[in-house]
Amino acid sequence: MTDAALSPEKLGAQGTSTEASYQAPQGTWHELRRRPVFLLTGGCALLLLLLAAAPGLFAGWFGHGDPTVCELGHSAEGPAPGHPFGYDVQGCDLYANVIHGAGASLGVGLLATGLGLAVALVLGCLAGMAGRIVDSVIARITDVFLGFPFLLGAIVVLNSFTTRDVPTVAGVLALFGWPTMTRVVRASVRSVREADYVVMARSLGASQWFIVRRHVLPNALTPVLVLATITVGGVIVAEAALTFLGVGLQPPSISWGLQLAGAQNSFQTHPHLLIFPGLFLSFTVFVLITFGDTVRDALDPRGR
Amino acid sequence: MDHTTNHTTAKAPLNDPLDAPLLDVQDLTVDVLSRSGAAQRVVHGVSFTLHEEETLALIGESGSGKSISAMAVMGLLPATTARVGGSARHRGTDLLTLPEDQFRALRGRRIAMVFQDALSALNPTLTVGFQIAETIRAHEGVGRREARARAVELMARVRIPDPALRYRDHPHQFSGGMRQRIMIAMAVALSPDVLIADEPTTALDVTVQAQIMELLAELREETGSALLLITHDLGLAAGTADRVAIMYAGRILEQAPVQELYDRPAHPYTRGLLAAVPRLAGDTDDLTPIPGTPPGPGLLPAGCAFHPRCPDVGERCATQEPMLLPALPDPPARLVACHYPLEVSGAR
Amino acid sequence: MTYLIRRLLEALLVFFGISLVIYAMTYVLPGDPIAALAGDRPLAPSVARALREQHHLDDPLLVQYGHYLAGLFHGDLGTDFSGRSVAEQMADRWPVTLKLALTAWGIEAVVGIGLGVLAALRQGTWTDRTVLAFTIGATSVPVFVLAYTAQVVLGVRLGWFPVAGNTDGWPTSYLLPALCVAAFGLASVSRLVRAEVIENLRADYVRTAVAKGLSRRRVVGVHVLRNSLIPAVTYLAIDLGYLLGGTVIIEGVFNLPGIGQLLFQAIRAHAGPTVVGVSTALILIFLAVSVLVDLLNSLLDPRIRHD
Repeated sequence: MTDAALSPEKLGAQGTSTEASYQAPQGTWHELRRRPVFLLTGGCALLLLLLAAAPGLFAGWFGHGDPTVCELGHSAEGPAPGHPFGYDVQGCDLYANVIHGAGASLGVGLLATGLGLAVALVLGCLAGMAGRIVDSVIARITDVFLGFPFLLGAIVVLNSFTTRDVPTVAGVLALFGWPTMTRVVRASVRSVREADYVVMARSLGASQWFIVRRHVLPNALTPVLVLATITVGGVIVAEAALTFLGVGLQPPSISWGLQLAGAQNSFQTHPHLLIFPGLFLSFTVFVLITFGDTVRDALDPRGR
Repeated sequence: MDHTTNHTTAKAPLNDPLDAPLLDVQDLTVDVLSRSGAAQRVVHGVSFTLHEEETLALIGESGSGKSISAMAVMGLLPATTARVGGSARHRGTDLLTLPEDQFRALRGRRIAMVFQDALSALNPTLTVGFQIAETIRAHEGVGRREARARAVELMARVRIPDPALRYRDHPHQFSGGMRQRIMIAMAVALSPDVLIADEPTTALDVTVQAQIMELLAELREETGSALLLITHDLGLAAGTADRVAIMYAGRILEQAPVQELYDRPAHPYTRGLLAAVPRLAGDTDDLTPIPGTPPGPGLLPAGCAFHPRCPDVGERCATQEPMLLPALPDPPARLVACHYPLEVSGAR
Repeated sequence: MTYLIRRLLEALLVFFGISLVIYAMTYVLPGDPIAALAGDRPLAPSVARALREQHHLDDPLLVQYGHYLAGLFHGDLGTDFSGRSVAEQMADRWPVTLKLALTAWGIEAVVGIGLGVLAALRQGTWTDRTVLAFTIGATSVPVFVLAYTAQVVLGVRLGWFPVAGNTDGWPTSYLLPALCVAAFGLASVSRLVRAEVIENLRADYVRTAVAKGLSRRRVVGVHVLRNSLIPAVTYLAIDLGYLLGGTVIIEGVFNLPGIGQLLFQAIRAHAGPTVVGVSTALILIFLAVSVLVDLLNSLLDPRIRHD
């Protein structure tokens, strides 16, 4: 993965420039429900979540379903009865491993994005609502973190950790993921703040907190949630790439990145080791990005 | 159809073997196509004629179809979003059926247009000088240097101070009035026969409006163009136009020489419009708004489009659409589309 | 001019911020920084002591950061465990990385813009949909999966490209890696250009250009393209910064002896100081490129300069 591919700000590039023009027109939901792409990717996303939350439901469909039961004698063998994806280098069932890998990938993706989103909502509202000084301090800090190419920043930081599990990797990725979302929140907060109905509410004596809760947050939430969906995809790619490089997750975690990293010397002779984890990884990213894109298109009529 | 000659100093048409009018629009229709492919008619058979060197004002509220009619005549409506019917003959040549490359040669050279919002109508990333010179070069095989010299000259003619210096400035560096002058310079660059000005002063301050209208009138005179002025402003039209056509819901309701129309409106809508215009000397108590709002394109009533708001509505109005016909007090210069035109006592 | 100065000041601020973050993450984290630098390797006490001294770890924090900054300004990116300077190790690897990044960049620009314009002008047709499908695919497949797939299919099975290494020189050895590096950016550029062209085609000034009687070729070529390419040029310029630092995985997979491979191998060898040094250099290059991009942009889009 190049850094270019990892940066959520670039994945959202088409969206961040127009965040202020987002509206949540009535009937967006109605319109979305009639879009097959939305239903399809939404359904797939739910399925992936289920897969991540309860891999046991799926892992045992063909064989024993235990990713840790391995027979070295079958090392890197191709698909066989009971083992539709074949065996990995250690002779473990690849299907069970791939199914169980969803948990770590989606876990890192959701946790990192969630953390970043929380920071973004707080800082974005603060920057958008508070005075100039707070705003520019937050803007400069944002600049600093946006100044890091995503992957390189994560490499530097993760390099100094000796144990790297799902929470640590997610935390580090969140460290470089919040700035873009913060900018989006700030921009939408700004545009809502200047809106006539907010000026009106303020002139009627509504408190700052009431305005944030009642007007600003609901309006600022939609665009950043769309960006967050896309960010989850970007974070999953980043985790896989970092793990593949050797600064991401470590065993005994089970993740697609680890499976790809562990097999990198055998791809040429045993392509199934590349195909199955790679396919699941790509499909997950595809589903999340397309889902986010579809929602964004429905919200932003400009693209039509 | 309405060859009125009493209102303008008629001049022998130039190079006109067919003796056809300068611009003759007949039964123009425009259907706007939605994404799902459904058609919505927004212009319902508009006809008007523009003669050499005259100024015709097309007046209407927003949404009355005046701008879209002008765009249709210029061939600026994309085929994917609008369907245009009827004819628009420029010296006998129907523009609407003309092959694109021939139409292109006329656009900007014989028929030019001034748009409403010069800030968005000018390309923000190119210098204004380039944009003027480009028009000249598109139609005449002149070199870069000559086009540039002529552009500077044009900028001087529309009274841009320091034209040679400002040639290299970008649109956002000009004030609204100056930008509109650039638009005008671009439009008159090749002395077109027909100048279409679509709300040329709506985006401007009142004081600047007057200057721009003065400039337009002056340049029209110098170049010998005819002017089709599209506006919602009755006062503006009164000062500039020879004849006026009143549009409502995609139709022309009344058409007459400017003085006659203002003095003795024959259509109840025209009278309503005039009554709603505040006058300097008048009292605001005298203002009478027209009740109701114009219908949206999908909600047209049967019969006369104006009848639900008309104070003089009669029994035929709800069922039968009136045609635009010559009417008293001064046919054939006056055309009215009304079953019950106002009694206008005695011609002058 | 004020814009220039403001932008440079901002960049300086970001530089201090970034170096502080890197410094804090590497040297000030709780725990023994030397152990962290060493990664999983046990260190001999004498080496640890030498390292403590070398990194001024017994001085107050601010002084330490000062030493670190002063080193950065002198191009000192630290030394690895065997005492070789990181900057020196990087020196003779630059040509490889530059060639790879520039090749990828060229592919990204030419193909990305071409596909974007094509899709926009044929909006709604099968051409458009094919380009869209391609861009979605290129965005979804992680680059190392793409790289290995390309290596196995195009290199090993079909034999169209060399599998790895740079023995065939430029361009033969660089084409396939460059394609893989470019895939994501190419997709982004074409989507960006497509959206911009479609929007600009509807702009008022395009209507004016048509009303002036310009040919369609000129309307699209001069008015629409010029304005549509501004965001793409910005993206491409920033992406050059990413590409220079973003060749880590590709150089590792294709075994190209560039900066990226140095980092790739350093991570695997748990050579902490090298990892930090190389990453820092690449991050600083990225920063420099983004400043240049902003200045370039202000030349292209006159509206920025006069804000």
